[in-house]
Amino acid sequence: MNSLTKIIKYSFYDTWRSWWALLYGLFFLVISVTLLYFSGDFNKALVSLLNIILLLVPLISTVFGVMYAYNSREFTELLLAQPLKRNNIFLGQYLGLTLSLMLSLGLGLGIAFILFAGTAEESVHLGMLTLCGALLTAIFTGLAFLVSVLFEDRVKGFGIAILIWLFAAVIYDGLLLAFLVIFNDYPLEKATIGLTLFNPIDLSRILILLRLETAALLGYTGAVFNKFFGTASGMAVSLGALLLWIIIPLVIFLRKVQHKDF
Amino acid sequence: MTTFPQHSRNFLFTVLALVLPVLLGAATILAKTLTVSPTGKIRSVKEAVRLAQPYDTIWVNAGIYHENEITIDKPLAIIGRQQAVLDARFKKGIFSVMAENVLIAGLTLQNVEESFTKNYAAVRVRGGGHVTVRNNTILNSYYGVYLEQTDSCTVSHNLIRGNAKQESTSGNAIHLWRTDHINIVSNKVSGHRDGIYLETSSNSTITGNISQNNLRYGLHFMFSDNNSYQRNQFMRNGSGIAVMYSRNIIMTDNLFEENWGAAAYGILLKDITDGYIERNIFRQNTTGIYAEGSSRLLLKNNEFRNNGWAVRLLGSSEDLTFEQNNFIGNTFEISTSTNYSSHNTFRANYWSSYTGYDLDKDGTGDVPHKPVKLFSYLLEDIPTSVVLLRSLFIDLLELMEKVAPVLTPENVLDNEPSTRLNVWKS
Repeated sequence: MNSLTKIIKYSFYDTWRSWWALLYGLFFLVISVTLLYFSGDFNKALVSLLNIILLLVPLISTVFGVMYAYNSREFTELLLAQPLKRNNIFLGQYLGLTLSLMLSLGLGLGIAFILFAGTAEESVHLGMLTLCGALLTAIFTGLAFLVSVLFEDRVKGFGIAILIWLFAAVIYDGLLLAFLVIFNDYPLEKATIGLTLFNPIDLSRILILLRLETAALLGYTGAVFNKFFGTASGMAVSLGALLLWIIIPLVIFLRKVQHKDF
Repeated sequence: MTTFPQHSRNFLFTVLALVLPVLLGAATILAKTLTVSPTGKIRSVKEAVRLAQPYDTIWVNAGIYHENEITIDKPLAIIGRQQAVLDARFKKGIFSVMAENVLIAGLTLQNVEESFTKNYAAVRVRGGGHVTVRNNTILNSYYGVYLEQTDSCTVSHNLIRGNAKQESTSGNAIHLWRTDHINIVSNKVSGHRDGIYLETSSNSTITGNISQNNLRYGLHFMFSDNNSYQRNQFMRNGSGIAVMYSRNIIMTDNLFEENWGAAAYGILLKDITDGYIERNIFRQNTTGIYAEGSSRLLLKNNEFRNNGWAVRLLGSSEDLTFEQNNFIGNTFEISTSTNYSSHNTFRANYWSSYTGYDLDKDGTGDVPHKPVKLFSYLLEDIPTSVVLLRSLFIDLLELMEKVAPVLTPENVLDNEPSTRLNVWKS
């Protein structure tokens, strides 16, 4: 077993041992079971679940990521003293944490889904929701790790990480709306599609809503978005954008830690 | 000038009253029956029509007859036995009726020519009146039944199925132009440009029809006053239903379903004045009702379920009353344009998004309901902002607007929202 998998394994178990990951999974299990059980309407439950996932998954991934990165500082320094590749140490820690969070989320939603198995179409919707949740986990954990390496001061790092989450979850949409209001006289459909690619939370929201609230999105402009995000190539572009959101911060993170003086 | 004394005048009327029906009955008895069959003496309907006397009955036996341009200029009944098929082979239309008291029933009429200059139809009625088109199957025809400048006709229980590909090269299943007192009952129409089309046609009843999968509108009328539309089903039509420039409209117990698309509406009401829209169901349409320049309408006991927009009101719509409707699970309930300042009334509707309370449990909410959400208001101005649907930022704005309303119109209010589903007898 090489050092990378060993570190992934260690980080993974470490997170699970701390109960937090378990609690996180349990939370999603309870929420999704409650929503599916009480709403009666599968699509409506999914919309509510979507709101919760879009809000909490990035937030919790960010907080977990920052906390983990700062708290395992001493252990990291210990590992650095060993004859191990730096990339493996940091990538291992990142993957270990991300995978355990993804597993919690997947288990929470998955068990709920098994209990309330819907039609094939509904399971595709739920699969899409889980996929978006998993991607968001990877994105925001990555961003949190990057922040932790950029700022020595953990209070400052924590603040910045939360700010990034706030920006993506709320402020970005406000700016987007302001942009749309100001340039209302121009045809903005394509520009808007472009702008949504820059926010992983918006992107995930649209990808899922296109499947759930088709009625509202089939209005004139909705049709333009539908045409883009609804097709296979549009899907590929959006998923590609989400993957880039994982890869780019991670690459910067790994390059930073290569040269960082611990 | 001599005048009949009173008693003998009465006698004359009595005699007439007794004799007239007998005379008329005699006419019916004298009427002959002709039979068209592929192997018989008369081998084409056209031939039979030529031979027939007024009030004769022509029976068409099973078989395929290649016929077109059959002109009916006298009162006749043409009745098909099973499998009696008249095929125009894409050359012009089939029946052209110009007389009164004509019955066309039980036939299969197919393959009418498409044309840019002539309105070829399977059955075309011009002038005359009291024509009945019943129980026919009309397939693959440019126009199905085309009624023009006629009155008191009945089109019932026909199956009209087209194969329209493009709006510009297709006709309507049932087309009325300048008619009066027409009954359109229990037809199934699909695959044409418009399912049922009325222009300057008054006093018609359209009942129990199913109009689906038409390229443009399931039902389309304009300048057609005093018509009633009841128990019809309009589903999956390219643009839903559009009704324009008409007065005194009654629409009850209809179903408008799955009219989806950029410009599709359950009903588009354009300049409709004085009417009742009651007990209809609007389900899964992009927009349930879109009202523009319409006034004095009562919308009562309708169900709006899972539409994108349940109702969109443009500023020019006035005196609309929404009473005891059920709004369930629509993304947007009511949306109005920015210049909205009209006097529409909302009363005792059930709104599934209502968040108020009902302390005395009388079924009426104690807090008024505002069906216009900030976001739907925003969308009317900036359609592109639909990308922000269900975003957290919008939810926060919505919350702020709820606490301190600034943008949404103050006068779109349901002061006594029902906290239970309204129920009614259909």
